[in-house]
Amino acid sequence: MFLTFPIMVIRVNTVENVVEWRWNNMIIIGAGSFFLSFVWRYLLKKKETGNQKAKPVETDRVPLSQRLFEDHKIYIPAAIAIAVFAVIFPFVFSMYQTNIMITALIYVTIALGLNIVVGLAGLLDLGYVAFYAVGAYSYALLNYHYGLGFWTVLPIGAGLAALFGIILGFPVLRLRGDYLAIVTLGFGEIIRLVLENWNEFSFGPSGIANIPRPGFFGIDFSLRGATIYIYFLMIGLTLFTVFVVNRLQDSRIGRAWVALREDEVACQAMGIDKTKTKLTAFALGATWAGMGGVVFAAKTTFINPASFTIWESINILCIVVLGGMGSIIGVIIGAFVLILLPEYLRAFSEYRILLFGAVLVLMMVFRPGGIISNVRRTYKFEGLKNKTEMS
Amino acid sequence: MRTILEIKSLTMDFGGLRALDHVDMDINEGEIVALIGPNGAGKTTFFNCITGIYAPTEGDMIISRPGKKKTRINGLKPNLVTEKGLARTFQNIRLFANMTVLENVMIGRHCRCSSGILGAVFRNRATVKEEQKVVEDSYMILEKIGLSEYVNEVAMNLPYGAQRRLEIARAMATEPFVLLLDEPAAGMNPQETRELDDLIVRLRDDEKVSILLIEHDMKLVMSLSDRIFVMDYGKKIAQGTPDEIKNNPAVIKAYLGEETDA
Ligand SMILES: Nc1ncnc2c1ncn2[C@@H]1O[C@H](COP(=O)(O)OP(=O)(O)OP(=O)(O)O)[C@@H](O)[C@H]1O
Ligand SMILES: [Mg+2]
Repeated sequence: MFLTFPIMVIRVNTVENVVEWRWNNMIIIGAGSFFLSFVWRYLLKKKETGNQKAKPVETDRVPLSQRLFEDHKIYIPAAIAIAVFAVIFPFVFSMYQTNIMITALIYVTIALGLNIVVGLAGLLDLGYVAFYAVGAYSYALLNYHYGLGFWTVLPIGAGLAALFGIILGFPVLRLRGDYLAIVTLGFGEIIRLVLENWNEFSFGPSGIANIPRPGFFGIDFSLRGATIYIYFLMIGLTLFTVFVVNRLQDSRIGRAWVALREDEVACQAMGIDKTKTKLTAFALGATWAGMGGVVFAAKTTFINPASFTIWESINILCIVVLGGMGSIIGVIIGAFVLILLPEYLRAFSEYRILLFGAVLVLMMVFRPGGIISNVRRTYKFEGLKNKTEMS
Repeated sequence: MRTILEIKSLTMDFGGLRALDHVDMDINEGEIVALIGPNGAGKTTFFNCITGIYAPTEGDMIISRPGKKKTRINGLKPNLVTEKGLARTFQNIRLFANMTVLENVMIGRHCRCSSGILGAVFRNRATVKEEQKVVEDSYMILEKIGLSEYVNEVAMNLPYGAQRRLEIARAMATEPFVLLLDEPAAGMNPQETRELDDLIVRLRDDEKVSILLIEHDMKLVMSLSDRIFVMDYGKKIAQGTPDEIKNNPAVIKAYLGEETDA
């Protein structure tokens, strides 16, 4: 409460050069924090009793999220509803809404990429936005210098980002936890500073304008048409991402990533090549950021280094953590919550960050696993059991 | 009897501390060998050197499997040592706590499989087949070790004794020819220890692995081992059959000396 004092109570009116003392704010804050501390205590208590109660029955209680996905009666209609909604969305809602949705989908894609690195492999990467920048600048520059089109650059951007992922991966192979976070953070800043200061290469802080929107067999769209086109392109890319990440997760490599996250020493002792596993995680994670970057550049038609600050990395990391590390559905929900909410909360723009912070803190305390925590896959062995019994 | 693992003059320094001092050891095919010694004698360090977790200061480690030529394993990375056929468990259990029991064993199969990124994405027939086989093999291993009731349980929810056995199952999944067990009976009750005794004998007889185990439970050591090596302060102070070791004055001194210290 006392910490907020200078911000909330004293206001320097720069126009008239007088200091306004807003004492009534002080009272509100006092009462507010008093009340909040009660709510806090109550919730903590509830959480503790909840934990105690949950323990004995835990084994046969299936988490809600899992039940939702296993019950076909629920999830098939839900999937159809979402699909229909997604298809008619750009035709029903305004272009403004469609643009927000495109942004949200871009974040879904890159957050799913970061999810590989942070959620699955457990490597805390704070410089992830660098790969996003690599993607965006590869489209902008390759187009500017060589006139390459969107579809040509999409794989190139992805590849370049993957390459940068490996370049970052090598020096940090031995690091983990906090050290890794700091080095990757530095890496992200280096990329941004290079883009900002190397004028001949990247046009410095003024950025690159007039980046063409993606083409479709040479057809020129109106602005609205192009937006709708990008929207569907993003839907496609998102589905592709979900498909690939889901398959990776449930594979030999995906398991190796999780094992690496769980225990690095044991993982190596069980015959997993740490170097290879880490580098594939970095490279594959970066790939999606690269693709997201290419689409981002094509969507905004203008990029500059200011779009790729450390805050962007933190934002994406928040999506992954809030959504549920390692859970695809969780990350998708997280991306929508974190990107759409601030957009629609513009009315409260002053308190946006405050709310944002509060939500994150609450989440960490009450649902450390994220909105949807990852559920390990289970296997059934009825047939096999009989086989072994007979032999 | 053929020697399959030979360790010559293994030395390991940590700064000024010599944790291993020119230790020699050899393990024969189909043998159960115990490594004992007071706390801090350097037993775990010995395992860490063999399995590539530490790079020893000096010494040679040579494996010679039937039908293959002798190979030095000094300086190999841990995953390569495992690929060569040495698998271990950890004194302080190091399971993949948030993965299921089956997945823990499947990780052990990792180095015997080959499907890559493209296989994972496209799920071609070879990958699907391999995946299927990994699941089945892993389940068989769990059945052999008596953990099949826990297949889909998350590893950290297992009772303590079961966690220790899961470590063995995971190590067996890498298809070792020498199994290194670091205090497998630590924290087990007498019933569990008896079962472990059976299990280790069964692994040797059915799976044809040789076993090197570190253990403080003397009853288990004496009943299981063909030979025993004793270490103290990083040096090997005795070796021989259980009967020889029981009556060895140096061993008695090391253990009794420790007791009067405590
Ligand atoms: N990484 C390390 N760095 C420095 N010293 C170490 C390291 N690992 C072990 N040591 C030291 O080496 C000595 C031997 O330790 P080690 O863990 O091998 O003993 P141990 O025989 O396994 O004992 P215990 O029966 O308690 O498991 C100890 O003095 C220990 O402090
Ligand atoms: Mg030890």
